[in-house]
Amino acid sequence: MAATAHNRATIPAQADAGAANGVFKIGLGLGVVGLAGVGGAFAVDHKQAYFSWLTAFAFYTTIALGGLFFTMLHHLVRATWSTPLRRAAENLAANLPLMAVLFIPIVIGMHDLYHWSHAEAVEGDPILKGKAGYLSPTFWIVRAVIYLAVWNVLAWFFRRTSLRQDETGDVGLTFKMRKMAPAGVLAFALTISFAGFDWLMSLNPHWFSTIFGVYVFAGATMSMFAVLALTALWLTNRGGLGNSLTIDNVHDVGKLMFGFIVFWTYIAFSQYYLIWYGNIPEETVWYKVRLENGWQWYSRLLAVGHFALPFWVLMSRHAKRNRLVLGITAVWLLVMHFLDHYLLVSPTLHDHGPHPATLWMDAAAMLGIGGLFVAFYARRFTKAAALPARDPQLAAALEYDNA
Amino acid sequence: MADRRTWGLLAEFENPATLLHAAERARDAGYKNFETWTPFPIHGMDRAMGLKGSKVGWIVLGGGLTGLAGALLLQWWTSAVAYPMVIGGKPYFAWEWATPVTFELSILLSAFGAVFGMFALNRLPRPYHPLDRIPRFRKVTDDAFFLTIEATDPKFAQAREFLEQAGGRNITEVPA
Repeated sequence: MAATAHNRATIPAQADAGAANGVFKIGLGLGVVGLAGVGGAFAVDHKQAYFSWLTAFAFYTTIALGGLFFTMLHHLVRATWSTPLRRAAENLAANLPLMAVLFIPIVIGMHDLYHWSHAEAVEGDPILKGKAGYLSPTFWIVRAVIYLAVWNVLAWFFRRTSLRQDETGDVGLTFKMRKMAPAGVLAFALTISFAGFDWLMSLNPHWFSTIFGVYVFAGATMSMFAVLALTALWLTNRGGLGNSLTIDNVHDVGKLMFGFIVFWTYIAFSQYYLIWYGNIPEETVWYKVRLENGWQWYSRLLAVGHFALPFWVLMSRHAKRNRLVLGITAVWLLVMHFLDHYLLVSPTLHDHGPHPATLWMDAAAMLGIGGLFVAFYARRFTKAAALPARDPQLAAALEYDNA
Repeated sequence: MADRRTWGLLAEFENPATLLHAAERARDAGYKNFETWTPFPIHGMDRAMGLKGSKVGWIVLGGGLTGLAGALLLQWWTSAVAYPMVIGGKPYFAWEWATPVTFELSILLSAFGAVFGMFALNRLPRPYHPLDRIPRFRKVTDDAFFLTIEATDPKFAQAREFLEQAGGRNITEVPA
C-alpha cells in the first residue's frame, strides 16, 4: 500500500486539463460546423449524404474499435510496456456510445444505402434471394444492435475497472480485467468482422470476400495506432506529461504503426490477389469498378499512400523517434484511412467513375463526426488521469528504454 | 615468457550498478576496446558504454533489396523473355502474380542478412576465446559481472590502474 502511494506521488499522470479543454472546445466547434454542412448535404442530395455519413461513420468507428482492441490485447498478453498508453486506448473506446448514436442515420437511410433492403429488388434476383435469410432488414438491425451492445459493454467494463484502480490501487482489478480479455477479444473478432460484412461489404450484395472482416480490422488497428501516436505526442508536449512519457514510449507506438501498415497491405493484397487469380466475374466486379473510369487513380494512390510511402518513411528508427516525422506520418495515415473507406463506400454509388463534386459532403461528415469524436476523446483527459496512475506495472513501463 | 602475449585485463564487479558505473567511467576515460560481461541484459548499458547503433540494419536492407530485385528479374526474365508461356490465361508477366515470390524472397534475404550479418559483425562462430581459460569467468552465466579492457586499446598501459580505481576486484591478466 505504501509502495502504491509512493508511485502515485512520484509519477505525474494528470494531463494539463486546460490544454485538453481547449481541444474539446475546438472539436465541438468544428463538429457543429461539420454537422451544419451535413444538414446542407441532406438538403441537396440525401442519397449521397447517407453514403458520406457511412464513410465517416466507418472511419471513426474503426478507430474507436481499435482502441477497444488495444485495451483488451494489453490484458490478454499481460503486457507491461503498453500500460501508460492504455488509458488513451480506453478513452478512444469510450467513444463507442457516441458511435452508437451516430449509427441511427444509417438505419434511417438503409434503403438509400443498401440495395438488398428493397424487397422488390430481391424478388427478381436469384443471388439476393439466396442471401435473403441473412440480408433481411430486421435481422440486419438486430445484428447491428448486438455489435454495438457488445462493444459498448466491453469498452465500459475495461474503462470503468481501470478508473477504479486509479482510486483504490487494487491489484486484483488487473486480474479481473485479464480474466475478461480472452472472451472480449473473441467477441470483438466476430463482431468487427460481421459489422464489416453488414455495413460495408453488403453495399454490393452480390459480392463477397471472406477476408473482408480482417481487412476492416487491419485498417482499424493501424489508424488507432496513428491516433495513439498523435495522443502520445500531444501528452508529452502540450499535455504536460513529458516527464512521465518519453520518446521511448512514443517510439513503440511508431513500431506497431509501421507493423500494421504492412499487415493491412498483406491483407489487402491477399484479397485482391486471389480474386485476380481466380478471375471469376462475380468476384472481380468489385475491383473492376475500382480500377476503371478514373477510380484506378484513387486505388493507386491508396496502394502508394497506405503502403509504399509510409513504409519507407517509417522504416528507420530515427523517423519513429522524430516527433515531427512521426506526427506527419500519423496524420497522413489517417488521410489514407479515409481514402480507404471512401473507396469501400463511394464507388457503389458512383460506379461509372469518381464524382469529386460531392467530396464536400464527405468532408462535412468527416468534420461533423470527427469534431464530436475528438471533443469527447479530449474531454476524457480532463476527467481522469491520462495514464493508469496506480496500475502496478506503470512504473516499470515508464522506465522502459529502447536503447 | 618473452613470446607470451596478453589479450587484455579482466576485472570483476560486485553488482550491475557498479559495473554500469565502471562502464561509464571507461567510456569517459576514452577507452575504446572494452567490453562488459553479464548474466543478463542491463538497462542503459549500451549508453553507459557509449555504443553506437548496430550496422546490421543496413545489411538487412541490402539483403531485402537484393531479394526484391532478384525475384522480379528472375520471374520476368524466365516468364516473359526466355520461355514465354500462357498459363491460366494470365499475362506473361504481371506484378500481381509476381508479388508473392518477390515478397518471400525479400523476407528470406532480409532474414539471412539479419542472422548472418549479426554473425559477421560479432565475428561468430568463434569456438575459442581467451576468456575461456579463466575459470572464474564461468560465473558470468550465473552471478558475476565483468569488465574487460583489451590489449589493443591505445590506453591499455593505464588500464590496471584505471580498473582498480573504478572498483574492480580480482583484476587478472588474460593471456591471448
